[in-house]
Amino acid sequence: MLRYTIRRLIQLVGVVLVLSLLLFAWLRALPGGPVSALLGERSTPESREALTKQLGLDQPIFVQYFKFLGRALSGDFGVSTGVQPGDAALDIFLQRFPATLELSFLAIVIAIAVGIPLGYMAAKRRGGWFDNISVGGSLLGVAVPVFFLAYVLKDVLSSALGLPTEGRQDAIDATRVTGFFVLDGVITQEWDAALNALEHLILPAIALATIPFAVVFRITRAAVLDVLDEDFVRTAESKGLTAPTIRRRHVLRNAMLPVVTTIGLQTGALLAGAVLTEKVFSFAGVGQALAIGFERRDYPVLLLLIIMATIVYVVVNLLVDLSYALIDPRIRTR
Amino acid sequence: MPLLEVRDLTVVFERKGEKPFTAVDHVSFDVEPGQTVGLVGESGCGKSVTSLAIMGLLPRRGARVSGSVQYEGVNLLSLSDREMRDRRGRDLGMVFQDPLSSLNPVIPIGVQVTEVLERHQGMPRKKAMLEAAELLDKVGIPDPTRRLTEYPHQLSGGMRQRALIAIALACRPRLLIADEPTTALDVTIQAQILALLKELVRDLGTALVMITHDLGVVAGLCDEVNVLYGGRVVEKAHRHDLFAAPRHPYTHGLLASIPRLDAPRGEKLNPIRGSVADNIPWAEGCAFAPRCPNKLDVCVQVTPEQEDIGAGRLLRCHNPVQPPVSEEVSV
Repeated sequence: MLRYTIRRLIQLVGVVLVLSLLLFAWLRALPGGPVSALLGERSTPESREALTKQLGLDQPIFVQYFKFLGRALSGDFGVSTGVQPGDAALDIFLQRFPATLELSFLAIVIAIAVGIPLGYMAAKRRGGWFDNISVGGSLLGVAVPVFFLAYVLKDVLSSALGLPTEGRQDAIDATRVTGFFVLDGVITQEWDAALNALEHLILPAIALATIPFAVVFRITRAAVLDVLDEDFVRTAESKGLTAPTIRRRHVLRNAMLPVVTTIGLQTGALLAGAVLTEKVFSFAGVGQALAIGFERRDYPVLLLLIIMATIVYVVVNLLVDLSYALIDPRIRTR
Repeated sequence: MPLLEVRDLTVVFERKGEKPFTAVDHVSFDVEPGQTVGLVGESGCGKSVTSLAIMGLLPRRGARVSGSVQYEGVNLLSLSDREMRDRRGRDLGMVFQDPLSSLNPVIPIGVQVTEVLERHQGMPRKKAMLEAAELLDKVGIPDPTRRLTEYPHQLSGGMRQRALIAIALACRPRLLIADEPTTALDVTIQAQILALLKELVRDLGTALVMITHDLGVVAGLCDEVNVLYGGRVVEKAHRHDLFAAPRHPYTHGLLASIPRLDAPRGEKLNPIRGSVADNIPWAEGCAFAPRCPNKLDVCVQVTPEQEDIGAGRLLRCHNPVQPPVSEEVSV
């Protein structure tokens, strides 16, 4: 298991190297560039040339790349030119990643808490009205575009529920410890700050949870249907076990393998940055930084965020693979 | 009083937009305490459905069960789901065909044995574990304490079936139903499992309903034999009588189709013609008629009734095979 983990992590280094090179070339192939984004309409050829030189963009691309690599190894990923001009790209990531993590975590918790029980119930009532309605609902969950749902939540539901629709927290006096605002409030026992941050999370988390919910629901339903037909469930019934024991120990335990895979993939996707949702709710996370970064051609920030997204995605999937062994003893002993 | 009294058990499968299918058709038989009764027939004759109906394991939707199944005077079919759950595993145990798929792959064998003890005897986990080790030892699994922590894929096929037998017998039920328990095992293991079953039911005084298509199993194990065809009992007899003088042409065909080692080389096998697909509905005559060598005109016009032909034998046939005249038939 340890050797496997190490091998996967070494593979990750290769992936990141190749990806960074591709990204480097690709970002520079985009029309426009940081210079015109920074200087805007009123630029003169002289000022453009000066800034180009200042940013080092006049050098050959390979020189730029190796300079970048060299600096990156010492933790310097350059300075933002567009998202938060003047801030170090790494600081921007470190500041925003907890926000995205917090949001994704809540979204995935919602997706699991609703998706798994609903999927199980739908499977138990296969072909009944409950099954049909929830399958239809999950289709809707996948099909409705996030930006549409996000605006519906923001404009309709927020006033009905009295929930905030912008930012991570109101301008209240809160102590920062970890960068996770809800957690900070709990640690420092600033309960109003924690509650306020949580309220800010609810609507974007719901918007973000729809697709993972729908996917988790459908996979759970399909997996439970498969397991219910298995002989060992009949054996469990023949022992006279109670319905909850059969459900927990025999059905769900076996149905979880594909569900865990799905949850892993979905979590990875969310952590890579919920671009649309964060944009709609002006939520200062990685996704929002990606959106602004593309608008303003902020090469250093884009490069770092995309590389980090890749690393997070691969690591989450590695964790999923490792968790298989916990669930399925047949993998453990192989 | 019989331990189990099955009367006119009928199971009809109904699906929307399809013709209802009668899988079990007025099946009646008794099981005395400690007795071993065989339900014999080929695939699709209704023997497995009969066992599932007795255990209350048929799906509630789509399967209509009627008749009565009296267990110690209580009609199991009239019990609620909860009452039936209390009895399954405690009063009635069941062993299934495929031991690998019948065990939960992701939890240790130990839990799969102890959970039934915890459920019905309220045993604490620790005590149940000791009891489970004893049970595994009793069914002939070596090193039982270690096996308890292992998973089904780490056991051999024969050991898995032994574990399932231990599970089914954990609470000392008075009735054990075994649905083709040796079909998925290879021949040497088959013999071991049958010997084990035979020994256990004798020692524990458990009655056994043995469901099989294998007449060799019947010969080695059963006191009474019910031969099923097309969902009905076509012949019922004591084991010795059945093998000595099968009266129903179907039973006769089953016995005649067994290849014999002492037959001359090159002699053709002697199968029953046709397949279950050729059946006619019982309402129109005898379901076996299209495949029957003894068929008369009456067989496709009048449904044969079950008759008592003496010596505890029942027969459902218009033109039975005549018994051999005072000749020893060896099996």
